[in-house]
Amino acid sequence: MATKASEITGPDTICAIASPPGSGAIAMIRVSGPQSFSISEKIFSPSKKGLKISQAKTHTIHFGTIGDAGNLLDEVLMYIYKSPHSYTGEDAVEISCHGSLFIQQKIIELLLRHGCRLARPGEFTLRAYLNGKFDLSQAEAVADLIAANSQAAHDLALNQMRGGFSVKIKELRGKLIDFTSLLELELDFSEEDVEFADRKQLFKLLSSLKEEITRLIDSFSVGNVLKTGIPVAIIGKPNVGKSTLLNAILNEERAIVSEIPGTTRDIIEDTIIIDGVSFRFIDTAGIRKAKDEIEAMGIEKTYEKINQAKIILYVCDVSECLYDEIKGVVEDFKNHMKDTTKRWVLIGNKIDKLVSTPKDFRELVDLETIFVSAKRRENIHMLTSSLRLSVDEGQITDQTLVSNTRHYEALKKSLESLENVEQGFHDDIPTDLVTIDLKQALHYLGQITGEITTDEILGNIFGRFCIGK
Amino acid sequence: MLGKYDIIVVGGGHAGAEAAAAAANLGSNVLLITMNLTAIAEMSCNPAMGGVAKGQIVREIDALGGYSGIITDKTMIQFRMLNKSKGPAMWSPRAQSDRWLFSKEWRLELEKIPNLDFREDMVIRILTKDGRVIGVETSMGLEIFAGAVILTNGTFLNGIIYVGEKSFGGGRIGDKPSVGLTENLNSMGFESARLKTGTPVRIDGRSIDYSRLEEQKGDQVPGKFSFIDTPKLENQKSCWVAYTNKKVHDLLRTGFDRSPMFIGRIKGTGPRYCPSIEDKIDRFSHKDRHQLFVEPEGWDTVEVYLNGFSSSLPEDIQCKALVLIEGFENARIFRPGYAIEYDYFPPTQLKYTMETRLVEHLYFAGQINGTTGYEEAAAQGIMAGINANRKLNGLSDFILSRSDAYIGVLIDDLITKGVDEPYRMFTSRAEYRILLRQDNADLRLTPKGYEIGLASKERMMRVEDKRNRIDRLIEFIKKKSTLPEEINKYLTDRGTDKIKEKQKISNILLRPQVEIGGLIEAIPGFNEFLRKRNEFDKEVIEEAEIQLKYDRYISKEREVANKLSKMEDLKLPENFDYHKLPALSYEAREKLNRLQPNTIGHASRISGVSPADISVLLVYLGR
Repeated sequence: MATKASEITGPDTICAIASPPGSGAIAMIRVSGPQSFSISEKIFSPSKKGLKISQAKTHTIHFGTIGDAGNLLDEVLMYIYKSPHSYTGEDAVEISCHGSLFIQQKIIELLLRHGCRLARPGEFTLRAYLNGKFDLSQAEAVADLIAANSQAAHDLALNQMRGGFSVKIKELRGKLIDFTSLLELELDFSEEDVEFADRKQLFKLLSSLKEEITRLIDSFSVGNVLKTGIPVAIIGKPNVGKSTLLNAILNEERAIVSEIPGTTRDIIEDTIIIDGVSFRFIDTAGIRKAKDEIEAMGIEKTYEKINQAKIILYVCDVSECLYDEIKGVVEDFKNHMKDTTKRWVLIGNKIDKLVSTPKDFRELVDLETIFVSAKRRENIHMLTSSLRLSVDEGQITDQTLVSNTRHYEALKKSLESLENVEQGFHDDIPTDLVTIDLKQALHYLGQITGEITTDEILGNIFGRFCIGK
Repeated sequence: MLGKYDIIVVGGGHAGAEAAAAAANLGSNVLLITMNLTAIAEMSCNPAMGGVAKGQIVREIDALGGYSGIITDKTMIQFRMLNKSKGPAMWSPRAQSDRWLFSKEWRLELEKIPNLDFREDMVIRILTKDGRVIGVETSMGLEIFAGAVILTNGTFLNGIIYVGEKSFGGGRIGDKPSVGLTENLNSMGFESARLKTGTPVRIDGRSIDYSRLEEQKGDQVPGKFSFIDTPKLENQKSCWVAYTNKKVHDLLRTGFDRSPMFIGRIKGTGPRYCPSIEDKIDRFSHKDRHQLFVEPEGWDTVEVYLNGFSSSLPEDIQCKALVLIEGFENARIFRPGYAIEYDYFPPTQLKYTMETRLVEHLYFAGQINGTTGYEEAAAQGIMAGINANRKLNGLSDFILSRSDAYIGVLIDDLITKGVDEPYRMFTSRAEYRILLRQDNADLRLTPKGYEIGLASKERMMRVEDKRNRIDRLIEFIKKKSTLPEEINKYLTDRGTDKIKEKQKISNILLRPQVEIGGLIEAIPGFNEFLRKRNEFDKEVIEEAEIQLKYDRYISKEREVANKLSKMEDLKLPENFDYHKLPALSYEAREKLNRLQPNTIGHASRISGVSPADISVLLVYLGR
């Protein structure tokens, strides 16, 4: 419950990707804390035989390979900083690796597995401050940074999750509350005339919980890295060329294109990487199907799907569309959006069909419309650089990699705790002791599901069981 | 003429009695003002102390040097250790008390304290000067001056009693409500709200056919609450279990249209864990019977308390329904059940010492803070009494943390979260319940109570002696080995694996199936050691077993608790304007300004204050 505070100043070792988000030629991963060297030694084999990181001089760079148990991940450079001569003032290393998202993600996973914890937003800077690396006049700047970063991280947490995932998480949370309630019921209300769950029922619930979490963990594991990305929705009336446009974008970039089935079967997504930032085009199939609804603009479901997107491409056929109609559609959409930070891009498609300047050309230009021909692949680069620019200008952030790793870590740890719970049952340990491990599981899952409080558990008990003499 | 007092305690319930005793025993000149001096520490609801989580609180109060445990031991008519089949953190003592004796013993105990005066009157106004309290004004027109005032008004503030369509002012049936004080406090800037609670019908025991009820006896070897010598319980009285049925429910339903709760006359929120019988029938309509407990009100009286039948339905309905219960066909009642609605002051207006943030040297304790239960009230009382005394004497605050005691959990919950229904303690509210056991309350708290001068030297010496004996026994068990031929029969009987070669006793004790009693019997060397040393009583053996057997869990929780205590030590400035920190989220600024937490730990438990906000605070503190 209250452990959140301890994680800020605890003496644990933290890690994070320090280079800008996305793929690049190289990337940098920063590790800081008392175990920085010992953890590095476990995963890094220096090419210089006999070199020990803990004994190497500060401010030296070492070449070698990274990986564990014979699994070679990458060739990297390891920068060594000894306390207090580092950014944070703690023992620290920086790992310079090749820049693909896959490798970055893998190295982070490796670090987590060997005892690192993922840094919170602004935590390196916070540690630097707490270790006296800044003077007090800089305090405000640091505080602002922490606040700003946390806001960004917060936005990400659930908003960017895809529909299927957040539904699963909600289910999981419900089951956990039920499970905890059943155990607490036995403890606090043993004197009550209510029916207590038998062990068999608890086991069943527990194994379904574990299954659920395992499934979620699997959906995170590597290979699915590309599932992440800034969600982009392409919408528009039928026959304005939405799918042609998507194909054109994919082709233009000649980038990694994959078709990954989402967590729910009917969602098809395409991800492309533009200048190192991945964009995920969500559920275009659904929107295509919902063409009538788009016209009607009344079906909440459509809005809900579009709500997941950070960028919305509204495609129209310039040879036919009317300014008032487009403006009306955009206004209507904006009214339905909970999140006002979405970026809207108007795409005037089919310029190849134009024989003269379209009727409402001037107004469309005012709306910063990008005119393209999806069919002839004309001006597509204007669209892609516009997408990429919105990231650089900070309108849209891509921290999905981090947030996903965070979730992955939380899921792993909660699974571990639930396994301890199960073991406890097997060993016939008193229920009150078993709940110690359960509390751990709740704590970790709370990072994804939102904290589960005692009041919520008690509320559930009072709602379901007739308590009270 | 009355002189000037150090401390005035307003109210003589469980909170008031503990507050007055603690403050006076620490050396303050104390005046206890109550509207009815014949009802000191009255058990207005059921005649029982303790229970799950509450029993632990009584043990804690006792360990600190309070009286609730001693009085309970002196007046109990039945004792049960609840949850004995669970782990040691769940064992919870509960006692039925003789209600009259309980109140009488409390008063006699208070009368023994020379620097404690009594007065029967009603306080209607708090006197203040420059933002600090200077005394009280009573309904008789007296102004009495004091350095500090502790308010423990319970359910009396503008109390209204409801029985069906009837309602009248009252703080408890038969007692007048306290009027005027809420309005006075409101005018000073305190916020108040309404809560509701209820109590069941009292019955003439001679009219009950006990042969048709299930008997519930006390423990064969009854325990007790106090860690010091109190009389052992020789004889016990039984409780009895009865059940409602469909006919009872149907009859009760016919009165729903006259229920003050259902038709909305009662506005206050009642406790969900202690619903009235009409509430249970309404909300759990699929249940065709509810359990009731017949609890004797004392050794000699025929009056019994029907636990589980709390109601504010019209009296005729209560009576007609009652006689439909098996065994109650001829039941005659002493008085009907009733609901009571009263003012409370949201406890987020308090500091950890129970002092109000608004007025210096003014303290609130007990039901006035929105809690329920004698134990919760008494715990707040003793803490308010201690702190009022210490502040007047320029001493540091006395605060228990969440890992020190249930009392710490209670007070922290109250002032950080507030209440939205009458607050009762549950073990699940404590994150370190394995540390907060009833068996170690003295080890945890007596040294603290002794340090501030409340727990006696004798208590402290007992604790030191107990600790030493436990250590000696643990040392022996850790060193001593046992052989396969000694122990294998016992192990097989308990359904666990045999050992092949000699093993340390402490290792075997770790097995869930194994109990220390069985090992003592089976291992001659162990047996002999205990007999020869003759210093290890049941209490010590039990404690050693718990510490060895559950070491892994206890250490784990202690580790987390220690990590967190670092946060608790980081103090935040008092009366700080958090709006000056724009980096905090808006919600955090609002909440922090309102609640004014005194440590980082406290701040981190406030809902709406995120880890990022905590980082920002740390930055500003400059560590």
